[in-house]
Amino acid sequence: MDVQTWTYILVGITFTLYIGIAIWSRAGTTSEFYVAEGAVNPLTNGMATAADWMSAASFLSMAGLISFMGYDGTVYLMGWTGGYVLLALLLAPYLRKFGKFTVPDFIGDRYYSNTARTVAVICALIVSFTYVAGQMRGVGLVFSKFLEVDIFWGVIIGMAIVFFYAVLGGMKGITYTQVAQYCVLIFAFMVPAFFISMQLTGSPIPQIGFGSTVTDGSGMYLLDKIDQLHTELGFAEYTSGTKSMQDVFFITVALMVGTAGLPHVIVRFFTVPKVKDARISVGYALIFIAILYTTAPAIAVFARTNLIETVSKQPYEEMPPWFATWEETALLNWVDKNEDGIINYAPGAAIVGAPNIIRDGLDIRRGVNNQVMISNEVTTNDNELYVDRDIMVLANPEIAGLPAWVAALVAAGGLAAALSTAAGLLLVISTSVSHDLIKKQFNKDISDKAELRYARIAAAVAVIVAGYFGINPPGFVAQVVAIAFGLAAASFFPAIILGIFYKKMNKQGALAGMIAGLIFTLAYIIYFKIAFPELNIPENWWFGISPEGIGTFGMIINLIVALSVKSFYPDPPEDVQEMVEGIRYPR
Amino acid sequence: MTKEKDLKGYWKKNLQYLSILLSIWFTVSYGFGILLAPWLNNFKMGGFKLGFWFAQQGSIYVFVVLIFIYVYLMNRLDKKFGVNEEDA
Repeated sequence: MDVQTWTYILVGITFTLYIGIAIWSRAGTTSEFYVAEGAVNPLTNGMATAADWMSAASFLSMAGLISFMGYDGTVYLMGWTGGYVLLALLLAPYLRKFGKFTVPDFIGDRYYSNTARTVAVICALIVSFTYVAGQMRGVGLVFSKFLEVDIFWGVIIGMAIVFFYAVLGGMKGITYTQVAQYCVLIFAFMVPAFFISMQLTGSPIPQIGFGSTVTDGSGMYLLDKIDQLHTELGFAEYTSGTKSMQDVFFITVALMVGTAGLPHVIVRFFTVPKVKDARISVGYALIFIAILYTTAPAIAVFARTNLIETVSKQPYEEMPPWFATWEETALLNWVDKNEDGIINYAPGAAIVGAPNIIRDGLDIRRGVNNQVMISNEVTTNDNELYVDRDIMVLANPEIAGLPAWVAALVAAGGLAAALSTAAGLLLVISTSVSHDLIKKQFNKDISDKAELRYARIAAAVAVIVAGYFGINPPGFVAQVVAIAFGLAAASFFPAIILGIFYKKMNKQGALAGMIAGLIFTLAYIIYFKIAFPELNIPENWWFGISPEGIGTFGMIINLIVALSVKSFYPDPPEDVQEMVEGIRYPR
Repeated sequence: MTKEKDLKGYWKKNLQYLSILLSIWFTVSYGFGILLAPWLNNFKMGGFKLGFWFAQQGSIYVFVVLIFIYVYLMNRLDKKFGVNEEDA
């Protein structure tokens, strides 16, 4: 059977499973819809959190990105795991003791202010929408690449599935679907990794394999070999990277703190029965996440080595079949600058922009070596190879010559990762609207039934909006992830931490801090990423900090502003101080 | 001992655990993985340069371990100060 048939079978089975779980775990009350009645087993919650957290980007793009970034990829590996330590030690147990439904709930009650609640709702909505659009896009991409379905229909199918279990099941449906999705995605990620590690290093465990010697008999360590290959071709050493130390530092802080401040992650710890469960549940979540996050850097090295060894300085005619397949998808291309028929791989972009294939009618125009011809402007450097980073995970099974079902498994895993994250985000959006806006601000006497209906309507609308952005992505989709983390780092995180650990923090201080952090971070990111992208080079950055890392600065501004403004206003009311006292002790 | 005093002791101990665990968290990730990485790369563990290993593997393992140590310490502390949930 070919890859496409296998993909239909595996995607069909997994989707049926998700729908079955959704029907079995329908939500009947708002408490079930928002937090699964707070009755989720900590281990189950840990697994669901891992699926919630690991998005299409973690699954499909991260290993590929690291593969091209080398040491610099550390910012994602540490940044997206270290936040869980902060979550376990500083946030989850206290918010669980607080015992309400949402993050804006906490901000609103703790700072005895509906304005604070509204600022928190707005942050939650911006963060979640920017994030969810990328997930729907991921669903569309997997469908179009593996099943040759149009991106439009791919997104529609994804929307229909998420709609079904998020709208019907709420948090309860999402939790159990996410458990299934975690199993699918981790299996799909690990299988090719085991095979390739075995082929390349003789050790089946990728985490050990990439620190072992290669099997070609040279007795050389894999990492020494890749450093050597890099140096020969003129790249920076793989294990050293090119980013400045302060930028790596700031980006890592922003991603860690942002992770701990993301509402769809925090809300998962409202679903377990006890404070004790919230603590250990973060631990389980991080174990499940660490399995993928410690494998990804190994895959990155394997893929990088395989790529360089297969293509560099080799004649085009001798390329294996996958080269031609991926050329036709415009994710890979070779421009024979010096017309020697040999592929030269070197630093720098080979062409301007992404490949634009020239077609004569339906046929792709071929060059003298039968290579795919493109209309892009060619750059003047020596590099002749264009490689899209996303193919490193998608094409990995083919490059390593693994059976068809392994490639199909990667497709099913990518879909599981995208759908599970999308569902978690949609729930935050719907809860923010029905609970934090409608119930808490406009109609306090609303019945539980009516609130649940609003929650479902809000989830439905959110699915449609997310789908629209998936089909018509705003040009800056890749950049907006920086916004999501930056905002979470600069707004929620300091406000929650001060709320728990500084009893005397008052609403004026917290509000001023959140708004200052938010505006500063947004302005910096929009200036460099959207308004003047041509100025986005290290020479123009403040203190050499890129827009990805500026959330750290925003967080510091938030803290300074909050603490200074605080001293001009009275302490919070007695009952609020008592509440803060109360959340500090499990009983 | 009054209940009030008990809780103060509990919170103080909690903050003490937090500062120790977070110092380790910072040292391993930002210290070994970033600030000291170029120097640690002079040493090797198997095929790994040490700074690189801490950045892409070691720090993540330490994160997991830190959370479980925290869970263990806090469960013990909850019991000691009688704020554990089981006896509620």
